[in-house]
Order: sequence, then C-alpha cells, then structure tokens
Amino acid sequence: MREIFRRQPKFRPTSGGDDGRLQVPDDLWVKCPKCQELSYTKEHLRALRVCHRCGYHYRIPAIDRIAMLADEDSFTEWDNELRTADPLGFRVGDESYQDKAVSTASKAGIPEAVVSGLLAIGGRPLAVVVTDFAFMGASMGSVYGEKLTRACERAVEREIPLLTVSCSGGARMQEGLFSLLQMAKTTTALTRLGHARLPHFSLLTDPCYGGVTASYATVADVVMAEPGARIGFAGPRVIEQVTRQKLPEGFQTAEFLLEHGLIDTVVPRGDLLTTLAILIDFYQNARNPRPARETAPAELAHSTANGTSDAG
Amino acid sequence: MPANTTMTPWDRVTVARHPQRPRALDFVGDLCDDFIELHGDRQLSDDRALIGGVATFRGRSIMVLGNQKGRNTRENLERNFGMARPQGYRKALRLMRHAEKFRLPLINFIDIPGADPGPTSEEHGQAMAIADNIHALADLEVPTIAIVIGEGGSGGALALGVADRVLMLENSVYTVASPEASASILWKDATQAPAAAAAMRITAPELLDFELIDAIIAESPPAHEDTAKAIAATGDAIEQHLSELEDVLAGEYGLQTLLDLRYQKYRKIGRWQETSKP
Ligand SMILES: [Zn+2]
Repeated sequence: MREIFRRQPKFRPTSGGDDGRLQVPDDLWVKCPKCQELSYTKEHLRALRVCHRCGYHYRIPAIDRIAMLADEDSFTEWDNELRTADPLGFRVGDESYQDKAVSTASKAGIPEAVVSGLLAIGGRPLAVVVTDFAFMGASMGSVYGEKLTRACERAVEREIPLLTVSCSGGARMQEGLFSLLQMAKTTTALTRLGHARLPHFSLLTDPCYGGVTASYATVADVVMAEPGARIGFAGPRVIEQVTRQKLPEGFQTAEFLLEHGLIDTVVPRGDLLTTLAILIDFYQNARNPRPARETAPAELAHSTANGTSDAG
Repeated sequence: MPANTTMTPWDRVTVARHPQRPRALDFVGDLCDDFIELHGDRQLSDDRALIGGVATFRGRSIMVLGNQKGRNTRENLERNFGMARPQGYRKALRLMRHAEKFRLPLINFIDIPGADPGPTSEEHGQAMAIADNIHALADLEVPTIAIVIGEGGSGGALALGVADRVLMLENSVYTVASPEASASILWKDATQAPAAAAAMRITAPELLDFELIDAIIAESPPAHEDTAKAIAATGDAIEQHLSELEDVLAGEYGLQTLLDLRYQKYRKIGRWQETSKP
C-alpha cells in the first residue's frame, strides 16, 4: 500500500460493488462485469484494473486513480475539509440532503465527490482533480465546484498544468441552481489558467454526462477519454424516451466521440502516465524551454493502486 | 405586485410556459430598431430555435441572442419547441465573437425547456457546444446581460446565461432540471412535479434571495396578459444595467475591471461548510 493511504486511512479503496467497482482487495478473484471473465486479483491490479480478456476498464475510485499516477509520496491533498452544505433546505420524504450526504460519505469512504491535490509524475508537478462515482454519482455540487476552482487557482500560482479526471452523472440536483452554476464557476476559473498559458488536460471516464461534459471537462486543451467510456450530454434513457427507439451499439462511447470529432484522443489506462508526461513536457517546453526531467516519459510505469511492491 | 405573492412555484411554471407569453423576437421587435437577423453556424445549418442578430437599442448598437419558442404546433415544430441544437449554440458563439470584434454589448433572451436531447445533437457534440459557449462568455470582452423571460432550462439556458447581469422576469423560472425531470429522478414519480417545483427553488424571488441572479423585472399583470407592459419594463431594466456596465467600462482599466467583476461574481457561487483541518 502506498504511503498516501497509510497516512490517510479513511481513503482506503472502498468495496461497494454496485457499478463494477472492485469487490476486493480481499477477494482472490474478480469477475469482469462486461465479459464475465475471472481474473486473479493480483494480476488484475497489476493490469490497472483493465480486463485482460475484453479490455474493459473498471470504474475506479478517485484515490486509486491518483495512486496510479503519483510518484511515491508525492501526493498532497487539497481542501479535504470542505463538506456539502444544504443551501435549499432540501428533502425528499424523510431524508434530508444533509443526512444523505453524511450517510453517503460514510458508505463511500470519502467526504465528497472530488479529490484534488498536487502530485508529481516522474518529478513533474501537476494539479489534479479527480471525481469519484461512489459519492452521489460524482454529481457536481458546490464542494465539487469550489475544489476545482481552488485547484485552478493554485495551478496558476504555481505555474503548473491541471489534470481533471471526470466521471459524473451530471448536476447535484439537491443543490438546485447552485449546482447548475458550478458549470459557469468552474469554466470561468479555467480562463485564468488559459490566460497564463498553462494547459488543462481532461480525461473523461465512464460514465460522464450532463453538466460536467457540458462545461469544464470538454473545454480542456487536450480532451482524452478512456476506452469504452460512455460520454454525452443527455443520458441514453432520456434519449430513448424522446426517440422511442433503441440506441445503436456503441453510441456515446469514447470511440464514437473520437469518430465524430468530439475528443482529441482515446488513451488506454496503461498509456496514461506516459501520455501525460509527454504532454506536460511538451507544453512546458512551449512556455519556457528547459532540459528534460529526471524520468523520461518512456521509463515511467504505472504503479498499481494497491501496491507497488507486490512483485510476486 | 401583491397579486403575485400568492402564486405557488408551480403556478409560476405554468405562467412561464404560457403559449401567449412574449417570445424573444417579441422583445427584440418591440425594444429594438433595425434588427437584422444573422443566420447560421457556417458548418451545418441554421438552428431556428436560437436566433441572433444586430440591432439598435435606445440609440446603442447591440448584439442580441435568444431562444425562440413557437406559439402553436406549426411554429413549435419549426422552432423545435425552443430546444437549441449544437448548430444553434455554434451560431451563438460566432455572433458572440462578432459582438466582441465590434464592441457590441450582448443581450441574451433565455426561454428554453432544455437543450435538444436527440441522438443527432449528441453526435454533433451538444455538450461541447454548450461548454464552448460558457467558456466564451466567461471572458467575452463586452458587457453582457442575460434575461430569463420564460423557462431557463438547465445547461441549455446557461449556454446563453453567463453574464455580467442576470435578470429574471418575475414569473420566469430557472432550473437545474425541469420540475418533471426532478420529480422523476428524486421522487421517482413525475406527477410530483409541483412539489419538485417548490423544493428546487426555481422562482425569481428565491433565486434573488440566494444572490444567484441580480434583479427581477416586475410583471403586473403576468406578461401574457399585458405583453407591452412587460416588454417595456424589460427595456428599462436593460437600459439601467447596460448604463451601469458602460460606466464600468468607461473607467480606468475599464475592460479589466469588467472582466474581474464577472470572474468574482461566479467565483463566489456555492455554499459549503469547512470542517477543521485534519
Ligand atoms: Zn472483460
């Protein structure tokens, strides 16, 4: 287990299994939700939670994504003290939004839908904002917007690039218009990054819909997606209600978006680290040419989220 | 407006959707001289659900954009019920840049149930088209005013809704999702729409209380009962806010100040709590 998890035990990977998330770490085998193939857990983790048979990219918690990218001990979390408020005094039946947020946080093992902070990739500093579907479908509410905005501002202060890794079901309905306007807030924050000529890299992961796709996540300088990720504005169920027709196979997948000219590239999980290192170096060099960093992109290897030392 | 204080949020939804409520082109026609509609996104087609063009408003050269609903079935089919498509948003973006080039204040009339959710719009990048407009409006170098005149439906509205001043007609509503969609998602029952309309805080007075909008334009009576009066009140509100923004622009570092104020306006939106640092 990497150092960040030891220091912050509440951030241990969760075991909620409703959406293809990992049922382990304790189980010996995992079953692919797409092709039903069984994988030996250690192999599965070493493959960065990509099915060795069909290439299905499992949904992973934000902290696992960060662990896959960050140099050992390089991650510093930002703004972990922010918690959901209840601006509308919202409740459905017996359950208030506040109660739901608290119970979700304890179930999901994270306090909100976003984890943000500073990390390094082969010595290259990077501001990261990663969403976690386990917290209310990674819907965008005030905490999400504020964390992302602060991350943009810190990236500008430190003159470093920003990486956002986004999955989301859309708006945090319980926050009403506060939620909708986070689209404006986060996108506005990105203009400062742009004026400083610092790049924003966006990785869209499964599933990414609604207000997140229609705001900060797709105005990035480089928009990437994981293979097979479903990405769109309206969800498939809404579209099928409108058209009363089944949607074709592959509709709204990353590959579909690539074919329709809507994203820059599809990046398999195993290539992400190298791709990011190349991009960071490229835009850094464009801003201010300087010698190569300590680890060349090709020498970088993803660590598995649950440990770098499990060689056998 | 004592009559309106008894209106429930659902009553306002009904009024906001009233077929006789004035549409964007009614506002433009009454308030502006010499409107020249400018069509097309130069890529795909002309979206009739989103109109734009240059006009003269009380002596000033401006750019107007608006969601355009119809009044009857034939018009609504032509206007896609006001649901803009990506090509509409890209036309809007083209005209925003045009406004910037010629230093034309931008006045946006919002009246949209939601952006078009069809499969073709997905293929054409509905999400990206909306995102690009929000991004452009965030630092567009002209004064901008957005007015919700009927329905402000979600991201489809926000694509015209990021502005130095956001105004709402008294009986308009501004929603993260329609009351019907909210009810079916959160209550698992679309017939709970009136309850959702209340719980989601979608009316102009509630949103002004939250400081999510800047001002309310009074409707007495509701706009469909006295269209000329509602439109005239809207014109006065536009003139007032535009004058204030022109004053900002005329000051030292005027443009930078305008953009900084816009940044701060959006920077502070949101409500959260801070626990003590671990
Ligand atoms: Zn598989």
